[in-house]
Amino acid sequence: MTKKRRNTELVLLIFAWLLGVLGTLQVGWATGEGTPPRLWITAGAVAVVALVMHTVVRIRAPYADPIMLPVGTLLTNLGLIMIYRLDVADARRAQLNDSPAPTPDVYSQLTWFAIAGILFCAVLILLRDHRRLQRYTFTFGLIGLILMVLPLAPIIGTTVNGATLWVRVGGFQFQPAEIAKILITIFFAGYLVKTRDSLALVRTKVLGVGLPRPKDLGPIVVAWFISLGVLIFQRDLGTSLLFFGLFVSMLYVATQRRSWLIIGFVLFVGGAYFAYSNFAHVEARVTVWLDPWTYSDTTGYQIVQSLYGLANGGILGAGLGQGFPNLVPFASTDFIVSALGEELGITGVFAILMLYALLIERGFRAAITCRDGFGQLLAAGLSITLALQVFVIIGGVTGLIPLTGLTTPFLSYGGSSLIANWVIVALLLRISDRSRRPDTSQISPDDAMTQVVSRV
Amino acid sequence: MSRQIRRLSFVFGLLLIALLVNVTLIQVINARDYRDRPGNQRILLAEYDRERGPILVASDPVARSVETGNTLTYIREYNNGPLYAPVTGFYSLVYGATGLERTENRILNGKADIFTVDRIQQLVSGRQPVGGAVTTTIDAAAQRAAFKGLKGKRGAVVAIEPATGRILASVQMPSFDPNRLSSHDPADIREYYAELEADPQKPLLNRPVVSLNPPGSTFKVVTAAAALASGRFTADSILPGPKAYQLPNSTKKLRNWNGRECGPGGKVTLEQALAISCNTAFAWLGNELGASAIRKQADAFGFDHSFEIPLRAATSLFPADPDAPQTALSAIGQFDVRATALQMAMVAAAIGNSGRTMNPYLVQEIRGPDLSILQTTEPTQYADAMKPSDSLSLTDMMVNVVQNGTGTNAQISGVRVAGKTGTAQTGNDSPSVAWFISFAPAAAPKVAVAVVIEESGAPEVSGNGLAAPIAKAVMEAVLRR
Repeated sequence: MTKKRRNTELVLLIFAWLLGVLGTLQVGWATGEGTPPRLWITAGAVAVVALVMHTVVRIRAPYADPIMLPVGTLLTNLGLIMIYRLDVADARRAQLNDSPAPTPDVYSQLTWFAIAGILFCAVLILLRDHRRLQRYTFTFGLIGLILMVLPLAPIIGTTVNGATLWVRVGGFQFQPAEIAKILITIFFAGYLVKTRDSLALVRTKVLGVGLPRPKDLGPIVVAWFISLGVLIFQRDLGTSLLFFGLFVSMLYVATQRRSWLIIGFVLFVGGAYFAYSNFAHVEARVTVWLDPWTYSDTTGYQIVQSLYGLANGGILGAGLGQGFPNLVPFASTDFIVSALGEELGITGVFAILMLYALLIERGFRAAITCRDGFGQLLAAGLSITLALQVFVIIGGVTGLIPLTGLTTPFLSYGGSSLIANWVIVALLLRISDRSRRPDTSQISPDDAMTQVVSRV
Repeated sequence: MSRQIRRLSFVFGLLLIALLVNVTLIQVINARDYRDRPGNQRILLAEYDRERGPILVASDPVARSVETGNTLTYIREYNNGPLYAPVTGFYSLVYGATGLERTENRILNGKADIFTVDRIQQLVSGRQPVGGAVTTTIDAAAQRAAFKGLKGKRGAVVAIEPATGRILASVQMPSFDPNRLSSHDPADIREYYAELEADPQKPLLNRPVVSLNPPGSTFKVVTAAAALASGRFTADSILPGPKAYQLPNSTKKLRNWNGRECGPGGKVTLEQALAISCNTAFAWLGNELGASAIRKQADAFGFDHSFEIPLRAATSLFPADPDAPQTALSAIGQFDVRATALQMAMVAAAIGNSGRTMNPYLVQEIRGPDLSILQTTEPTQYADAMKPSDSLSLTDMMVNVVQNGTGTNAQISGVRVAGKTGTAQTGNDSPSVAWFISFAPAAAPKVAVAVVIEESGAPEVSGNGLAAPIAKAVMEAVLRR
């Protein structure tokens, strides 16, 4: 009998919550603000959201993985601490400049967390079985594609810092690509689980690697063109990379053919070279990546400031509230890992990376133990999305790879990203609940045959 | 598909390792290199982020940190910057710090061990340390009087409280404005610094404590002290004071500045020789006493020693091994004798303080961020320069200088002032240096002063004409308290 492990989850959640409270207190004390006046509101809100999520999991997905919810909560808490810390810095600067006090971001981020929590619960309550998603494969695919190109639409589309990835409706703005990545992962899973058999067919072998039939190259070429389109028209390097990487990885998992990885890699190199030699904004990113110091006052300013911040953090960090994370532009969004790295040191960065690794590893485990192909592909795809996004953004702000504008899952300030990542956790929990739930065949061995037949 | 997922997770594991290695390179291996890069503001910001403690004259902050609106949270502000520049120094983004800003840095930035208790609290609370305050020994009135007196001249003034060694005034002219060197605008800082560097008047030189000049006739009090210490001479001893003194083993003659005999028949008492600053008598006296006796006396007053007040003062010099003519010239403060204004103020102070040379100091108290006194400097004696009886005798001789001799411009009504004028030639054709050293009231002096004016371009009278009035103003400022 599989253990439910819900109490483990609760204990870990309490730990994650406590860490958030202590971190917020430390920021308040270290910056001289004193105990944050609304600490108990924020601590209370986080506690309520986390408890509600936990309760819904307990009822609706009792066998779900017990690690993912606490890890997501802990990462969200770390983000909230740093956003509050940057709020303090912004407010102080505004005060010194005699300019009006800026609206603190931490409360809107808390609101987004609450909304994310509601959607998390909605997914677990409304979606009893993840296989139902498979029915709407092409609907999700279409909506996902529309969402992805939505920022290009007139009037509502908005360009921020050179990249067109925002949609503004009234006073409300969001990044549709964040939602799109979930829908597209569902689409890929549903599409590939049906077509994998033909895509896995081998016509010729070159150097021991089986190549697919030329006519099966259609889907990957379409995906390639779409990601190039995103790169060229929306100038969104991150989403483009994420989209193509996700498709190729899922294709590989579905068909079990390494040749797709090789073809994907060749297409990626070709596309990257094409973009580099034809589009100034891509070339600029690469130039800065190769030598940020030469451009430290201009295009390399962000990355150089990020490196200075990380270096200032050293091993143990400057301490929460005691560094200068606000010197890095976009510290609360793209560069939140540099901000955390400065104040928590490499210790903190390692811890954060390990939390991500844990979350992704749990996602892959759910995929492996899942009993249906669609669920396997979906869980793998969602984990791949997380992994790619974490690598691309953290690799970017630390100068390992060229900088792309992606949010840091759970940590970054921003509603769309937070909601999307919590929906991903909800879906992974749903799948892991299905796969860890004891087989009913074990309960009544007599019905074993019927059970097997009834399985998809 | 499970195998493919495992392989993929292995690939992501490799990517994770790449991230970990890269972050280690940045935060551990290359961290120091990145921190030291010139474009990295963080180290300076850390300094400027803290409220640096003030430098106080009495209770008036002459250097303090005020909040700004930009990324550098605090800026250093100097009230009366040029007036106190030789004391405070500057605190510059580009050129580091000088003066008390430098020597007392760990007090001012709150990192000194003296703040241990506070620092433990800071460690617990994670709060930035707040700097302590440094109270100087400077007397604002004396400082201002000296600054006013030097206006339009090039030189320095040092005033000392004889009984303790407290430095009451340390003034230079020309001076500079530390505000501009301590601004947040590196381009302007560099421009101003280059301007000061290029100035032939050398305003950045901390003249009161590092500028060395031949002390000229003011050094005669040292020779006189050596004479009294030898036991062979008293104030009334008769010395030869001809128009010119034939330097031993030399064809050259040393003349009196006015070309006259110092007394009837070329005879003069020691007291009278000092009063009229008779060169020939003191040159003769120098050779009578010998170079080592004079050096011993000079060293007891602080020559050939580097004082840290805590600014490092230049070492005043008495030549190491002069021959007979050189000794004669050294005895009247010429040849290779060199002294700072601080040193000559110490000579005057020691004579007034019954012959005891005190260690000079500029920091009276160190206070915590809450202004509670953490440490008070206790006066310490450097040496016994004279027997008390000799010092009384020399004091009387110096009072005579002011009352009846060359130093009449230092007279203060109702107060007995002891003093000595001086003029020195820095080279054959170079302009002369005017000096005046004094202390008052003679019996129990509250203040000793040395005034040096470089490039005075005037004869012997200039000590009295240019320097004595400044000394008088400084003494009056202290005595008026």
